[in-house]
Amino acid sequence: MKTYWAIGENALPDSARRRFLTAGALVVGFAFVRPLRAFEREPDLAAVGALDAAATGFDGFVPDGFIRISVDGRIVLVVPSVEMGQGIATGEAMMIAEELEVGLDQVEVELAPADQHAYTQSLLKAQATGGSTSVRAFFIPLRQAGAAARTMLIGAAAERWRVSPAECTVARGVITHQRTGRTLTYGAVASAARRQAVPGEVSLKPASQFKLIGKPAKRVDTAAKVNGTARFGIDTIVEGMRVAAIAMCPTIGGRLLSLDERASRALPGVVDILRIDDAIAVVGENYWTAKRGLDLLKIEWDAGPHATLTSATLAESLRSADATPINGSLTGDPDRVIEEAGQRRIEATYDLPYLAHAALEPINTTIHVRPDGCDIWVGTQVPEIARIVAAEIIGLPPDKVIVRNHLIGGGFGRRLAVDTIQQAARFGMQVGYPLKIIWTREQDIQHDRFRPAYHDTIAAALDSDGLPMAWIHRTRSGTVRSYYDRKPWPQGQLDGDAVAGAKDLPYAIPALRSEWVRQDGPVALNWWRGVGETHNVFVVESFLDELAHIAGQDPVAYRRALLGNNPRSLAVLNKAAQASGWGKPLPPRCARGISLHDSFGTHAALVMEVEVDTQGEIRLRRATVAVDCGIAVNPNSVLAQIEGGVLFGLSAALYNGITFEGGRVQQSNFHDYRQIRINEVPPFDVFVMPSDEKPGGLGEVGTVSAAPALANAIYAATGVRLRALPIDRNELGEKGKQS
Amino acid sequence: MQSAKSSQPWPVTRLVINGKTVDVTVPADMPLLWVLRDVLALTGTKFGCGIGQCGACTVHLDGNPVRSCVLPISAIKGEITTIEAIGETTAGKRVQAAWLALEVVQCGYCQSGQIMSAAALIARNPHPRDQDIDAAMSGNLCRCCTYPRIRAAIKVA
Repeated sequence: MKTYWAIGENALPDSARRRFLTAGALVVGFAFVRPLRAFEREPDLAAVGALDAAATGFDGFVPDGFIRISVDGRIVLVVPSVEMGQGIATGEAMMIAEELEVGLDQVEVELAPADQHAYTQSLLKAQATGGSTSVRAFFIPLRQAGAAARTMLIGAAAERWRVSPAECTVARGVITHQRTGRTLTYGAVASAARRQAVPGEVSLKPASQFKLIGKPAKRVDTAAKVNGTARFGIDTIVEGMRVAAIAMCPTIGGRLLSLDERASRALPGVVDILRIDDAIAVVGENYWTAKRGLDLLKIEWDAGPHATLTSATLAESLRSADATPINGSLTGDPDRVIEEAGQRRIEATYDLPYLAHAALEPINTTIHVRPDGCDIWVGTQVPEIARIVAAEIIGLPPDKVIVRNHLIGGGFGRRLAVDTIQQAARFGMQVGYPLKIIWTREQDIQHDRFRPAYHDTIAAALDSDGLPMAWIHRTRSGTVRSYYDRKPWPQGQLDGDAVAGAKDLPYAIPALRSEWVRQDGPVALNWWRGVGETHNVFVVESFLDELAHIAGQDPVAYRRALLGNNPRSLAVLNKAAQASGWGKPLPPRCARGISLHDSFGTHAALVMEVEVDTQGEIRLRRATVAVDCGIAVNPNSVLAQIEGGVLFGLSAALYNGITFEGGRVQQSNFHDYRQIRINEVPPFDVFVMPSDEKPGGLGEVGTVSAAPALANAIYAATGVRLRALPIDRNELGEKGKQS
Repeated sequence: MQSAKSSQPWPVTRLVINGKTVDVTVPADMPLLWVLRDVLALTGTKFGCGIGQCGACTVHLDGNPVRSCVLPISAIKGEITTIEAIGETTAGKRVQAAWLALEVVQCGYCQSGQIMSAAALIARNPHPRDQDIDAAMSGNLCRCCTYPRIRAAIKVA
């Protein structure tokens, strides 16, 4: 790895690039992917033509959107997913390099520019990064892209030597004619490779021949992130740029009523004061003068229709939601079995809070709107959607809007939403200069689009062995889709996210229904790390733990008894239990709790060991994880994602809930929206099961595991069952059994 | 971007940053963070919370870690070192090397601040115990939760 570019700064001219990217898209089968519903644009099949690198402005071989090899030997791999810490730039580069037969030390890695034709991925059906989908979606296409390019490069060398390609081998970007020992580098045949036919089919290496995949690799973005040179969106500096601090209506749905800006205008360094319906931007020579100018504004807001909204009213409307339930899944006749279960019928209710993402890089966008086009410097999980929504607001064709995507200083789902880019476009189109908008931490939290709150009721009937023979899980929530999609989510249609982690359990339960009661409200929603699974697995794994205790059985043994058809989950359960010392004695007020789930194509078991003192304070003593994610593309990243993901989930379970009073979010910054810190972090053991299965997702797996394992451990330590998050220490302190 | 010189009626403040003397003409109450980022284009130091709660803006003032987001430049008496130059110090170099060897970073946004806090710790205590690490590093949030590797890296630095 040589350099790590800010994205798109050296991108190819858009019109030229499209042609070749689309040709590449055919090679890897993207052209048959259905585009994202809300932003539909058909692939331009007419543009698929012969390769003609001269028109790309790149002097070399550009077989598709992912690979560029220059005549002087530079090898650039363009990774389609957005890097926000999860290590995907490295993982995807490994996939391409594996089949291209180059080392990671020989390549430059760039993040893809906005281009739905080239970079739409098959699971999200958009150029988007989220839902732990990247590795699953790109594991085959990126290796195919590497193999196709390698085939063409070898073909060019063979043609020059007038030999059969079958007589040639390749390693580390050097092609060798075995019989004569002649060699050519990729750079030397880059021009000639342009004339090779794009192969219709390529075969991929079996896992046993992998040189890169499955072996720990150094991240490609590390060096820049330890010396301060890595560029995030907020670090954008462009000629003539001004910086804005903004005020946003504090109540949901409120509007600007009146503004006295005289004092602010008189402040030295204040350049402009801009208004949109629900926000004001004070533009300064730098952020600080803008912020000082902002503080001098006299603003009157029309609080709007939700001025009396409180968390209590939101919770009540969720509890009383009575829309017709929509089935997520149905096996057998759980209603009848539970109805007839009598004393063996168990029920519980769970509540989960709204959550903010609170990524450390506050929301920011830099935008330069001109009559003929627009540049946007930002970190987004959805570059193509960002481009389209900005173009619509500004009134430009989408191809006149260039999204220069950046490394993201923590995504966790927040940068799937484009509300912040839309706001920037509305301000930016009022001025002719490049405008950088930075939200404060308080705005980042209070004007987030939140993880939905949930109210779940769950019931089971136990058989004579104490195991669940019927199970009904009803979740009540809004749908993120209502706030994300362009068209309203149809009433009566299932949002799969609402029942993800509830509809398919790792366990064999003969009669099961998961269902969803939709209750949209005024709070704007968004996906949050772990998505539907984070919520549902907390309910499922907590309730299963309740059942085990009611049945008088050990929680691990109880789960084991339900895993007859699920050897991969059984294996991680057994590994985590054994490695954590499950069942071995612990000091007073200390205990272990387990969680198990299959999410994003990965199986994971977590044992949390905690101590709860008599005041209800919780100390994390140890975390033990066993994970089967199929082929671990970069085992180093697997460990990092599991550790980080578990701690991210623990942080929320321990501390976080967004609450409302008077239509306003009550939390504001890290003093009242607390996050886990290094002194709270327990020792970690993570075990990755060897596997040749196809790779599963990882970015969210640990987060899903966290809360239920923690709550189950707290129950084991105190006898207090936590059916709501975040954890209420008062409840533990008052009711916790004394040691 | 604004140049260090300005036509505005602000005082000239002389600062020593990464061994260089610079004069900036900005409001005297401007926090060092925004002077670094918006005036001097030293963007390695990050804005995270604005109230000294997250540590992303950590720089050294005469070798001690300080939160630049709440440090008005008028209050600065001493030499500033930022992430851009910390690799020129013995401790900073060791910390950066350890961060690379142990693959600490994920999103990376907090890591400038983490490295500055860790470098200050290592400079005064080359072999910190766990309690020393907790005390020195608990002011630095990492939302990716790279904490286990941060601890391990400090121990090998």
